[in-house]
Amino acid sequence: MAKLTYRHAVARGIAQEMRRDDSVVFLGEDVAAAGGVFKTTGGLLEEFGGRRVRDTPISEQAILGAAMGAAMTGLRPIAEIMFADFFAVCWDIVANEIAKMRYMTGGQITLPLVIRAANGGGLRFGAQHSQAIENWAMAIPGLKVVAPSTPRDVVGLLAASIRDPDPVIFLEAKSLYAVSEDVEDGEIVDTLGTARAVRDGGDATIVALGPMVPKACAAADELAEEGIRCEVLDLRSLVPLDTRSVLESVARTGRLFTVEENPRLCGWGAEVSSIVSEEIFGDLTGPIVRITTPHIPLPSAHALEELALPSAARIAETVRKALAS
Amino acid sequence: MSAIKESLVPPDEGTRLNLYRSLVELRYFEKRVYDLFLKNLVGGTTHLSLGQEAIAAGFGAALREGDYTLATYRGHAHTLARGVPMAPILAELMGRGTGLMSGKGGSMHLTSVEHHVMGSYAIIGAHLPIACGTAWSAQYRGSDQVTVCFFGDGTTNIGAFHEALNFAAVWKLPVVFVCENNLYMEYTPIGDVTAVPRPAADRAGAYGLDPVTVDGNDPDAVYVVAREAVGRARRGEGPSLIEALTYRHGGHSRADPAKYRPEEEVKAWLARDPIPIYRQRLIADGVAASVLDEIDRWALDAVDEATEEAKAAPPPGADLLLKDVWADGSATWRN
Ligand SMILES: Cc1ncc(C[n+]2csc(CCOP(=O)(O)OP(=O)(O)O)c2C)c(N)n1
Ligand SMILES: [Mg+2]
Repeated sequence: MAKLTYRHAVARGIAQEMRRDDSVVFLGEDVAAAGGVFKTTGGLLEEFGGRRVRDTPISEQAILGAAMGAAMTGLRPIAEIMFADFFAVCWDIVANEIAKMRYMTGGQITLPLVIRAANGGGLRFGAQHSQAIENWAMAIPGLKVVAPSTPRDVVGLLAASIRDPDPVIFLEAKSLYAVSEDVEDGEIVDTLGTARAVRDGGDATIVALGPMVPKACAAADELAEEGIRCEVLDLRSLVPLDTRSVLESVARTGRLFTVEENPRLCGWGAEVSSIVSEEIFGDLTGPIVRITTPHIPLPSAHALEELALPSAARIAETVRKALAS
Repeated sequence: MSAIKESLVPPDEGTRLNLYRSLVELRYFEKRVYDLFLKNLVGGTTHLSLGQEAIAAGFGAALREGDYTLATYRGHAHTLARGVPMAPILAELMGRGTGLMSGKGGSMHLTSVEHHVMGSYAIIGAHLPIACGTAWSAQYRGSDQVTVCFFGDGTTNIGAFHEALNFAAVWKLPVVFVCENNLYMEYTPIGDVTAVPRPAADRAGAYGLDPVTVDGNDPDAVYVVAREAVGRARRGEGPSLIEALTYRHGGHSRADPAKYRPEEEVKAWLARDPIPIYRQRLIADGVAASVLDEIDRWALDAVDEATEEAKAAPPPGADLLLKDVWADGSATWRN
């Protein structure tokens, strides 16, 4: 057991898998010699050498194309896209090629690859370096979408993603890189598509993802002091989606709140809401409420960014009001 | 045409007969696809290689089993030239369950992993970076597999081309990029939209590569250039970029009557049709016409047989609809 930051958990997860499987390779911009612009991948070059840990030119299409070609011919590449916003310059390779290749070829091609990216806001980087793009990825059939909220989950879900035979978009919360917790020594391998209850309660279900999980927990703690008990579910992956846990929880509490960092339209909460209302409408005791970033590009100034992103206070207030009415 | 070191060593007679066989096979096949289209038996769209066959045939002959190829939506010829049988390709075009990809890909996405045909790609430029990946994988695994990536002149103006060329050069990847310059992107002459006269060769220097052009209608010349570039890649000497000059006999796709091309230009290039010219050359070099006639007959029979087989095949079963999104065979995204 030792303290592990979310940032260092990335290198630990990659190293764990590179040690056991020689077909795992890692490429990206500034990831090897420099250890990553967020200092998430330090030490990997030293341990595994330049053959397996490779710096690339600023060529996002080439990075992901190379990862795809390598994955379809026997390797298990991990590619880094520095900021998730940069998916916009290589989305063809992701959405048209990687996601569709297996289906289009009648199952001939398998693509065991992971694309990691620093996702989301909270660091005042402005509209082109702060987007939460989980809803982009979730909209494309053929991509798995994973977003850990804790250092331990970074290790376990990254390992699970690397071992998974399908393409995984692995979204690290850049606002959580400095967070640390005690994590056990030894190998950690988690399971994709399993949500986790991180707070128990019977009055409402709050479903959150990635950096919204600690905020939802803080809100739940605040509400608990007022006697409102919320169950907080950390989805951990959007595809596969653990609808069973969500349905089971909402059936018990009767109320559903989703907390999404992505802008409002077509966020994952809309899909979760529609599943809940289609399948257990009768168990609901009040309307489903989505808490999201407004449908705007993210502003840079601290005061404005704070207003835009869902906060613990906004979550608590929304739940409080909804349950009171 | 630029100098190529091995260009003085012409292919032997066996290779040349193989080249001829490949040429006529591709020609008859593409003509049949056109006919089937007119009969409404092939849906969607098709992009034929009529007139450009010598490039796929020349490279096909220069490759070993196990080498990777990636092609474009204009990829029937490149797929056949790797030894993929005709019937499943035709069945794929006709939307049958016995199609090469069970009817789920169509004309633009022919893939046969068994033959190391690692896909045909319909987004301009996308497969050049992907070819870097298959080449990187071969390099990493220490195999001597070479990757060949075919694309058109228009593709040299998209970003992915430049990213891939630089990437392949910096990583010294065993990949050969083959630009089939048929003078037109879709309907626009390539010269109208390109800053240099030779869309690929004139860019080679930017990536530390030699500018190589070849007569893409001459199977011997293509074969020799291919052998040289593939050999370099196999020896670990890095990537090549080859510009093969050619012309498509028909329109860009089946919807295109190609009215934008000057009559004189079309006439001049039809006179340079690779197949009759090659046939005459082989006869002049002592091959009996009867041997070539025999090959012609064989190719036509093969196309006829494949056509009947594909026509007789049933459409794909409904069970295929939700199959093979994921490696476990399912399309399941929730529990
Ligand atoms: C990114 C992208 N832009 C545009 C198209 C539409 N398109 C299909 S084929 C084509 C022309 C490509 O020309 P070239 O590379 O010369 O290949 P050719 O068709 O001549 O073999 C275009 C513009 C596309 N498929 N992808
Ligand atoms: Mg062209």
